Amino acid sequence: MINSSTTFWGYRRENGRVGVRNHVIILPLDDLSNAACEAVAHNIKGTMAIPHPYGRLQFGEDLELHFRTLIGAGSNPNVAAVVVIGIEEGWTRRVVDAIAKTGKPVTGFGIEGHGDHDTIMRASKVAKEYLQWASEKHRVECPIKDLWVSTKCGESDTTSGCGSNPTVGNAFDKLHPLGTTLCFGETTEITGGEAIVAARCATPEIRDQFMFMFNRYQEVINRHKTSDLSDSQPTKGNIAGGLTTIEEKALGNIQKIGKKCSVDGVIDKAGQPTHPGLWFMDSSSAAAEMVTLCAASGFVVHFFPTGQGNVIGNPILPVIKLCANPRTVRLMSEHIDLDASGLLQRELTLDQAGDKLLEIMMRTINGRLTAAEALGHREFVLTRLYESA
Amino acid sequence: MIHCVLHDAHDTVAVVVVEDVKSGMDLNAWIMDEDRTISLQARQDIPIGHKVALKDMAVGDTVLKYGIDMGKVVAPIKAGEHAHVHNIKTKRW
Repeated sequence: MINSSTTFWGYRRENGRVGVRNHVIILPLDDLSNAACEAVAHNIKGTMAIPHPYGRLQFGEDLELHFRTLIGAGSNPNVAAVVVIGIEEGWTRRVVDAIAKTGKPVTGFGIEGHGDHDTIMRASKVAKEYLQWASEKHRVECPIKDLWVSTKCGESDTTSGCGSNPTVGNAFDKLHPLGTTLCFGETTEITGGEAIVAARCATPEIRDQFMFMFNRYQEVINRHKTSDLSDSQPTKGNIAGGLTTIEEKALGNIQKIGKKCSVDGVIDKAGQPTHPGLWFMDSSSAAAEMVTLCAASGFVVHFFPTGQGNVIGNPILPVIKLCANPRTVRLMSEHIDLDASGLLQRELTLDQAGDKLLEIMMRTINGRLTAAEALGHREFVLTRLYESA
Repeated sequence: MIHCVLHDAHDTVAVVVVEDVKSGMDLNAWIMDEDRTISLQARQDIPIGHKVALKDMAVGDTVLKYGIDMGKVVAPIKAGEHAHVHNIKTKRW
C-alpha cells in the first residue's frame, strides 16, 4: 500500500522537480524544422525528435499557447536536456531562454543563413554531448509527494464510467492526501456533470475560475456547432461502445477525480500548477492534445483509462492504460497496462483495482516502460485556438 | 454471473458488461452503489457496453444514470429494450 513514507526512484533535476524518464529531446520550434530535428535524432542514437506541424504565423493567445506548450515540454523533468531548432533565431531563442530557467542544458539553432546540413552538424555535436552527459545521471530515492500525475480518458465506452475511470478515481483519492500534484481536464467532457465538479472546488474563487473555463468552452461549442455534436462528442467510437449522450460521457469521465479529492486549483492550457493538490486544466478532450498539454504542464506520469481501445502515447509523458472492457482487453491486449475488467464481474473491488493501478504506477515511475512506450507511441499534438495570420 | 451494472438504484438504464446478450435472456443486474442484484429480461439483443432499459419510458422522460440526468427519451422504450442514440438524445447543445 502506498502511504506518505513511500518513495520512488526518479531523476532529481536542477530546479528540484523529479522526472521518471531521462530523455534528451530535439525540439522543433516550427514545422519547417522537423526534418533537421529528425536528422539529428537519427545521428545521435538515444535522443528523440518531437516533430509537430505548427509554429509559423501564429499570433496572440494562440502563439502564447504554442510557446507555453513547447517551453513546458522542454522544461518537463522527464527531459534531461534539450536541443531546439527553429527556422529563425528569434523565436528559437525565446524557447531556449525559457527552458534554461529550469537550469537544464539547452541550446538553440536557427536554420536561416546556415541551411539544414550545417545546422544538423552543429546540433548533432551538442546533442551527443547532452546524451552522454544525461547517460551518467542516476535515479535517486524521492518521496512520493514529489510525484506529478495527470489523467485523461479516451475512446471511452460505458465500461469506462463503471470500471476504469472509478479505478483512477480510487487511485487519485489515495494519492491526493500524500501531497502529490494531480491533474484532470477535458472541459467539454464535463458537460452535464459541471455542478459535481463545481461542488468539489476547495474555495469559491476556484469554483468561479472553473465555471469561467467551463462556460468559455461552451461558448466555443455554441459558436461553431452545426449540430448537437453527435459523432464528435460523444465520438463515433464512444457511440459504438454504447455511450449515448455527452451527459452520460461526462458523468463517467468525472469518476476519474474519485469520491474525496477536492479541486485545489485551476490552470489554463499548459499552465503550471503552483502547489500540490488536484488541478483542473482547461483543455481539449482529444486524447493527444490533452496528454501533450499535461506534459507541458510538468506532469511526469499519466493514467489513461480506455473502453474501446485508444492506443495513444506521448514522447515525454509515460501513459499507463487501463481498461475494464473484457472484449477490448482480449482484442487489444498489447496496448493495455492494467486489465480492470474483473471489477465488472465483482471479482475485484474498486479498492483492489485502485491498488493495482498504483502498483503499476510505482513500477512505471521506477523505470518500467509502458505498453505505449514499448510500442513507440509518441503522439505530440499542439492545441490551436484559431487560424494563423 | 453479472450481465449488466447500474450505479444508483434510481437509474432507469443499466450497462451490459458481457458479450452475447440475446433477446429473451434473463439478466442479473448489479447495483454497484448498494452491492445488490436485481433481475430483468432482455427484450432485444444488446451489445456489450450498450444499455438496457430497466423500466418503460415515454417520449420526454428524463433518463437517469449514476442517479443523474443523462438525457431525454425521444422514442418510447420498454423495459428490457436496447436504450441508445435511436431513443435517447442529449438535453445540451
